[in-house]
Amino acid sequence: MAISPPSERLWWKEPVHRVELVWIIVAFLWGLVMFFMMIYWHATGQQNLSTETYRVTPNAYYAKVEADVAQWQVREMNGVPVVKPPAGADIHLIGRMWLWYPVLELERGQTYSLHLSALDLQHGFSLQPENINIQVHPGYEHVLKITPDEPGEYTIVCNEFCGLGHHTMLGKILVVDR
Amino acid sequence: MGSTVFRTCPTTGLKVDLNAQALIKANAVAAVVFLAIGGLFGLSVALTRWPAVHLLPADWFYLALTAHGLDVLLLWIIFFEMAVLYFASAILLNSRLAAPRWAWAAFALMLLGGLITNVSVLQGQSSVMFTSYPPMMAAQHFYLGLILFAVGALIGCGVFFGTLVIAREEKTYQGSIPLVTFGALTAAVIAVFTLASGAIILIPTWLWSLGLISTIDPLMYKLVWWAMGHSSQQINVSAHVAIWYAIAAMLFGAKPLSEKVSRTAFLMYILFLQLASAHHLLVEPGLSSEWKVFNTSYAMYLAVLGSMIHGLTVPGSIEAAQRARGFNKGVFEWLRKAPWGNPAFSGMFLSLVMFGFLGGISGVVMGTEQINIIIHNTLYVPGHFHGTVVAGTTLAFMAVTYLLIPLIFQKEVMFPAIARWQPYVFGLGVAGISLFMMGAGTLGVSRRHWDITFSVAQFEFNYPPTAFLMLALNGLSAIAAALGGAMYIVVVVASVFFGKAVTDKITLTAPAGPPVSGQVAAYGSAGTLRLPGTIVLVGVFFVAFVLYYFVNWKYLSEVWPMR
Repeated sequence: MAISPPSERLWWKEPVHRVELVWIIVAFLWGLVMFFMMIYWHATGQQNLSTETYRVTPNAYYAKVEADVAQWQVREMNGVPVVKPPAGADIHLIGRMWLWYPVLELERGQTYSLHLSALDLQHGFSLQPENINIQVHPGYEHVLKITPDEPGEYTIVCNEFCGLGHHTMLGKILVVDR
Repeated sequence: MGSTVFRTCPTTGLKVDLNAQALIKANAVAAVVFLAIGGLFGLSVALTRWPAVHLLPADWFYLALTAHGLDVLLLWIIFFEMAVLYFASAILLNSRLAAPRWAWAAFALMLLGGLITNVSVLQGQSSVMFTSYPPMMAAQHFYLGLILFAVGALIGCGVFFGTLVIAREEKTYQGSIPLVTFGALTAAVIAVFTLASGAIILIPTWLWSLGLISTIDPLMYKLVWWAMGHSSQQINVSAHVAIWYAIAAMLFGAKPLSEKVSRTAFLMYILFLQLASAHHLLVEPGLSSEWKVFNTSYAMYLAVLGSMIHGLTVPGSIEAAQRARGFNKGVFEWLRKAPWGNPAFSGMFLSLVMFGFLGGISGVVMGTEQINIIIHNTLYVPGHFHGTVVAGTTLAFMAVTYLLIPLIFQKEVMFPAIARWQPYVFGLGVAGISLFMMGAGTLGVSRRHWDITFSVAQFEFNYPPTAFLMLALNGLSAIAAALGGAMYIVVVVASVFFGKAVTDKITLTAPAGPPVSGQVAAYGSAGTLRLPGTIVLVGVFFVAFVLYYFVNWKYLSEVWPMR
C-alpha cells in the first residue's frame, strides 16, 4: 500500500506495465510539442511580445510623453489630449493613478513603436476588446511594435491593482482608416 | 512534552506518538479556523463581483480580497500541510516525533505571524493584495507577520526531516519510506526552497517599509516573490497527490501501480518546479524570450509530466485494487461501485478529476509564453488557481479530514448525511467558480477589480454582456461553495468537540465483492492485468488538453500583430 513501505526492497528494479510506459512517452512527447510550439511561434507567429526594455526614471519618461502631446495633439477627449502620431512613429503611453495618458489615435494597418511605462505604481495595460495584456512597471520603458488591424474605439483597462481608484483607471486607443 | 508516550491505534495497529497527535490536531484546527474566515472573505468578494449584488464598497472589497488570499491560500493550506507532514512522518513511520518542543514553537510562530498580518490587513493600511507588489507599500507589520509565519513553517519542516532521520535510526520501519511519506518529503523539500525565497524577498521589503532601504526593484521583487508564491503551490500539489494515494490506500488497500514510476513523478516536482516564477513574468518587460520559454515550461514541461503520470497512476491504482476486490466487470464497474457516499472517496476523486481538467489544463495553456498575452491578470487567472488550489488541494484536504477525525481525533464523524453531500456541494460550487471566472477572463474582464461597469471612470466602457452573466453565475457558484465549506466546518467542529469517542477498531475499507486473484501484480505493475477504465479517463483528458491548447493559439492569432 501507498501508506506502508514498498513490499519489495528493490522497488527501483520492478518491471513496469506497458500502459504506464506508453503514457509516460505520450506525455513527454506532448511536452516537447508544447515547448517547440512556443519557439515555432517566435519564427512564424504574428503575436510575440517584444523584450526591448530600457531603464528610465519616471520623470524622464513623463517628459517624453509631454513632448509627444506638444508635438502631435489633435484634440481632446473627455479632457484628455488625443495624440495622432505619424505612421511608424515612436509613441509614449504612461500609466499613472488613475489614467492611461494620453489618448492615442492610430491608423489601421500601420506599425507603431509603442513605449509603455508607469509613473508611480505597477499598472496593467489591458487593451479591450482585443484582450492584449501587458504588465507596466515604473522605472522600465518597454518598447513594442504594434499593428492595429481593425478600426474602432479601443479601451485600455488597468488590470493590475493600483490603489483605491484602480477601477476608475481607463484610457483609449482610437484606430481610424487611412 | 519531554517524554514520548505512545498509544496503539486499534484500526491500523500503528504506534501513535501522542505529541505528534496533539500537534496534528492543533495545526488542523488552526487550518480550519482560517479556512472559515478566509472563505467568508471569498464569498464577499464573489458577491461584490456580481454586478447586480455589488455587496461591498471599494475599500472593503480590496481589503477582503487581500484577506481572502492570505487566510486561505497561505494560512489554511500551510497549517494543514504541517498536520500532513507530522502524520506522514511520525504516524506512518511508526515513530516518535523529533523535537516536539520545536514543533510547538513552529506552531506558535505561525499562529502569531498569521494573526499579525491579519490585523494589519483589517486595520485597512495593507490592502495591497496577497502579492504586495512594490512600489505599493503595506504597513510594516504586514511583512513582519509573513516573515514570522515563514520562519515557523521552516522550523516545522525541520521537525519533519528530523523525524525521518529518527525513524531510520531507530528502525521503526523496514526498507524504504512509504510512497505517501515520499510525497510529503517532496512537499517539504519544495517548502524549504519557497520559504527561503520568501524570506529573501520579504525581509528587505520589510526593511523598506521601515524606511531602512530606499527602493525595492519591482521586477526583481516579482521574480523572487513568485519563487515563493508559485513554487509553494507545488507544495500543495505534492501534498494533495500524496493524500490521493493515502486515501486510495486506506479505502481500497490500493498499492501504487509501480513504486518506481510514482516516486520518479514526485522527484520531477523537486527538480523542475522552482522555474515556475516565470509564469508570472511572461508579459513583463526586461526578460528575454529564451528565459521565459525555458522557465515557463519547467524545462520542457518535465514537472507537467510528473503531474500527468500521477493522473494515470492514481486512478490506475484504484482501478487495479477495485478489480482485485471483485469489481471486474466491463470498463467502469470499479468506478461505478466505488463508495460514492463516503466523503473521503468522493472528495478525493472529485479533487483528482477537477485538478486535472480545470486547474491542470488551464495552467499549462496560460503558462504558454505567447498565449499569456491574452490571459495575464484577467479573471482567467483566479479561475485557473481556484481549479488547482480549491478544487484540487482544498477538496483533497477536506476528504482526508473525514479519515483523520476517527483515526487521530478518535471521534466519530457527526452528521453523516451532511458529510456525505459536502464534497458534492463544495465541488460543484468550486467547479462553477473556476469555470465562470475563466469564462469572464476569456472575455477580457480584469481580476482584482471592484467595478466592471466603470461607473465613475474618465471614459465609458463596458465589457460584453456575457461577462456580466459569467460574474452572476460565479456569484451563485460561490454561494454553493460557501455552503459546502460551511457544511465541512459544521461537521468537523461538531465531531471534534462533541463527537462520540472512538475506542475500538473501525472499518475504513470500502465494501468489496468476492476477491478476484491475479489482477494486481505484487511486484511492479507489469503483471497487473488490465486498466481499461483508466485508459479511457486519461484518453479523454489528453484529447481535451490538446484541443483546448490549440483553441487558445487560434484566439491569440486573432489579436493585433505585435513584435
